[in-house]
Amino acid sequence: MTDTPTTDTSGTQRRDVTLRVNGAAHAISVEPRRLLSDALRHDCGLTGTHVGCEHGVCGACTVLVDGAPARSCLMLAVASEDVEITTVEGLTGADDSLGPVQQAFADCHGLQCGFCTPGFLTTITAGLRDNPTPTRDEAREMVAGNLCRCTGYQNIVAAVLRAAEIQGGGS
Amino acid sequence: MTTKLFGERVPRVEDQRFLRGRGRYVDDVLVGPGTLHAAVLRSPHAHARILDIDVSAVLDLEGVHAVWTHEDLDGVMADPLPLLIPHPALTHGRTQFALARDEVNHVGEAIAFVVADDRYVAEDAVDRIRVTYDFLPAVVGIEAARAATHLVHDDVPGNVGARMEQHHGDAPAAIAAAPRRLSLDLTIERSSCQPMEGRGVVARWDPDTSRLTVWSSTQTSTGVRGCVAARLGLDLAQVDVITPDVGGGFGVKINHPWPEELLVPMAARALGRPVKFTEDRREHFISSAHERGQVHHVEVGFDEDGRVLGLDVTFWHDHGAYSPYGLIVPIITATQLLGPYKPGAYRVQFESLFTNTVMVTPYRGAGRPQGCFVMERTMDAIAAELGLDRTAVRAANFIQPDEFPYDHGLVFQDGRELEYDSGDYPASLDKLKALIGWDGFPALQAEAAAEGRRIGIGLACYVEGTGVGPYEGAHVHVETSGKVKVAIGLTTQGQGHATVFAQIVADELGVPLEDVEVVSGDTRKMPYAVGTFASRAAVMSGSAVQLAAQAVREKALRIAAEALEADVADLEIVDGLVQVRGTDATLALGTVAVLSNPLRYAFDEASKAATQFAVGDPGKPPVAEDDEPGLEARDFYSPQRATFASGMHAVIVETDPDTAEVRILRYAVVHDCGRIINPMIVEGQIHGGVAQGVGGALYERMEYDDSGQLLNASFMDFLMPYVTEVPDTIEIDHLETPSPLNRLGIKGAGEAGVIPGSAAIAAAIEDAEGFPITAMPISPSELHALRQSKETP
Repeated sequence: MTDTPTTDTSGTQRRDVTLRVNGAAHAISVEPRRLLSDALRHDCGLTGTHVGCEHGVCGACTVLVDGAPARSCLMLAVASEDVEITTVEGLTGADDSLGPVQQAFADCHGLQCGFCTPGFLTTITAGLRDNPTPTRDEAREMVAGNLCRCTGYQNIVAAVLRAAEIQGGGS
Repeated sequence: MTTKLFGERVPRVEDQRFLRGRGRYVDDVLVGPGTLHAAVLRSPHAHARILDIDVSAVLDLEGVHAVWTHEDLDGVMADPLPLLIPHPALTHGRTQFALARDEVNHVGEAIAFVVADDRYVAEDAVDRIRVTYDFLPAVVGIEAARAATHLVHDDVPGNVGARMEQHHGDAPAAIAAAPRRLSLDLTIERSSCQPMEGRGVVARWDPDTSRLTVWSSTQTSTGVRGCVAARLGLDLAQVDVITPDVGGGFGVKINHPWPEELLVPMAARALGRPVKFTEDRREHFISSAHERGQVHHVEVGFDEDGRVLGLDVTFWHDHGAYSPYGLIVPIITATQLLGPYKPGAYRVQFESLFTNTVMVTPYRGAGRPQGCFVMERTMDAIAAELGLDRTAVRAANFIQPDEFPYDHGLVFQDGRELEYDSGDYPASLDKLKALIGWDGFPALQAEAAAEGRRIGIGLACYVEGTGVGPYEGAHVHVETSGKVKVAIGLTTQGQGHATVFAQIVADELGVPLEDVEVVSGDTRKMPYAVGTFASRAAVMSGSAVQLAAQAVREKALRIAAEALEADVADLEIVDGLVQVRGTDATLALGTVAVLSNPLRYAFDEASKAATQFAVGDPGKPPVAEDDEPGLEARDFYSPQRATFASGMHAVIVETDPDTAEVRILRYAVVHDCGRIINPMIVEGQIHGGVAQGVGGALYERMEYDDSGQLLNASFMDFLMPYVTEVPDTIEIDHLETPSPLNRLGIKGAGEAGVIPGSAAIAAAIEDAEGFPITAMPISPSELHALRQSKETP
């Protein structure tokens, strides 16, 4: 082992950034190369957003950026200042009740290990805003960019339809 | 209790935190600037001698705390990692070092370990390490391993780690004497688990108490604990291993210790700071584990009804560079290949071969998908040879319901006899044929053909030994609030253990489900455990939980009977209240917990009732000689042998005449895992398994080039199914044949869904195309090439 003295890295390379996440401001200091996913998790402490591949394929890290789904592993924190970010933590009601998509996942057993789930929840939240009454084919299409290794997607598709029902005031 | 929860579709209790983003996975532990981060320098070469490692450039980098190579490792840390499952046949087992010493044997092997302020800086540092290599020829694939022109390990002749044979009867003689004979060559390629969360480990050394806390995304916290203590020279009592929420396992996380599971705790102790390692996706591809790669040769002799008189299977198992998990995968193939059938005589031989690729450890199904593929392709070949219906050939070979227990005369993966406990294969086949519409399919096929479409149907049957020993335990504790805390020792990675085990406890103790909390995989709460593998959690921990809860119930009733001056036989527990049947006399279970623990000091209103001036017979000791304080119990379940679940899948595919794409039109499953604790969860397990089976049949493979580079080590290139690749509906029918081996009558369900995927889909493609399918997975271009080879011989 070779040991070196600890040095402060908060030098000139760092930038002060304020992220607006779930309606709250987070003032953080990050290197320009820091991914938004890492900033959310490690600097803002919002660990609900998960990182599955870091190359934009799995969708686990999907957050809403001004309401639109975005892969936070493909964004830089320093480039995310002028937007409203919503993470899975922001999908819950003010009284901590489950939002409609979250409730639908619970109703339909739409998750097992739960690691990919935040990315599905954010993606579907945006999808149902654009199309509140999806057909089954449209429900499948809505989640077709996210990977899940546990569920075989059967109950996730069911959860999309169930969420639409809940949002429409169905039973 | 008013209604039994066992068997009900109880919604999962763990979902509440997952859905709110409040799961605690390993990378979520100790978030913040106090924690240091590790990165690993991994070999870019498949086979090379290491001549020199120069870390001098790392030292100048701001934010780097330490770097280790093999020469920096002390004592047993410098030894090869343990060979976890030694077997007499594994004559040349080999394991890696925590950091490579002198030689690397696959792309991705760990060489140096850097700890820095954050992962970015740690990776910068890794880039600055200069290694001088002397390149060696790489051995890639089973053919090259068998040829043994080059060796993976200098001291392993022929690249053969193990040779093993098992037999029952004289298969070669039976085949020679059989009226009909066939030979087949069958291949399955490599794939891997690919849980959405990779491996990860966090460690914190507490100098004040001289204790180490380790969080690992593992399938065995007790296994990790034992390894960490042994390698770091600590007493077991100084090491706590906590398995937090785990983002999927599927087998890969049962192997241990991974190099980082030792290096991270070592660094945390050396540096006096918490250290975290989180594997990235490329690392998971090249430095965790793969499975499935096997080549098989079958000789089979049978009669005119398709009855198998003799079966002789030889196969070659690609073990990758190392064999820490022993021969579990090929032994499972060798034994579970038999499925629901009873060949007149059986011989199986295999060689386990080293290659310069990522090592092989179990992936969901663990050798069974290969065995099922071999057996089921053989059944289909027999049917084709005889012109018989494929289901008729299977039915002619089934073990019958009145033949259980059925002893195959072989030794299973746990060293116990391969003896099936129960099953009803004819009933399963009837259900499957009805579910998929087997008998009506030829008409559909003819209709499709008239439209120029090619459709085909296939089926595959399997038997899965589940719930292997040695044991699991459970601790059940009723708090004075009446809340019930349950600890199981094995880990959980999405199977809903916190729900199903709460169902069992709630039933046993007569308490509401919401009052039961289940904790898993925490060695502080249950230090004796084995792990989560082989579809064993429901059988093993479920049985242990039931036993422990039953002991608590008995104690509660005994204490309550005394307090209520009633007979135990007259008591029942309903909604957390012990009551004398037919009267108003009740006692809350929490109060029973208070009474179970005679106190000197009252700390709240409830505990006043248990102080020495309030309870007890002054003429007796406050705690009887054969008793203990507290309303709690710990118990263990250790079965004599595994219990055998079974199932059958049928699939209808359409193959595109031009593009050779394969589309799944229908997928049907009949599944028998004994008594079902929670059908919703079992069906979820089947769904996920089927999706992995589809991936393994049509999309997933490890693309190694001849130099040992893994060409598709990303989710861009390794084609895991999205929703678009999975059938819209998976039709499921259950059969419940209880296991006689445990009180609950349950069998395991975790791996089942994946096992027959390649076999059933290959059969369906064969039926659509009219020529044999002998290697899986199959891509459109491979199917196209097969078509061309049939057209132009």
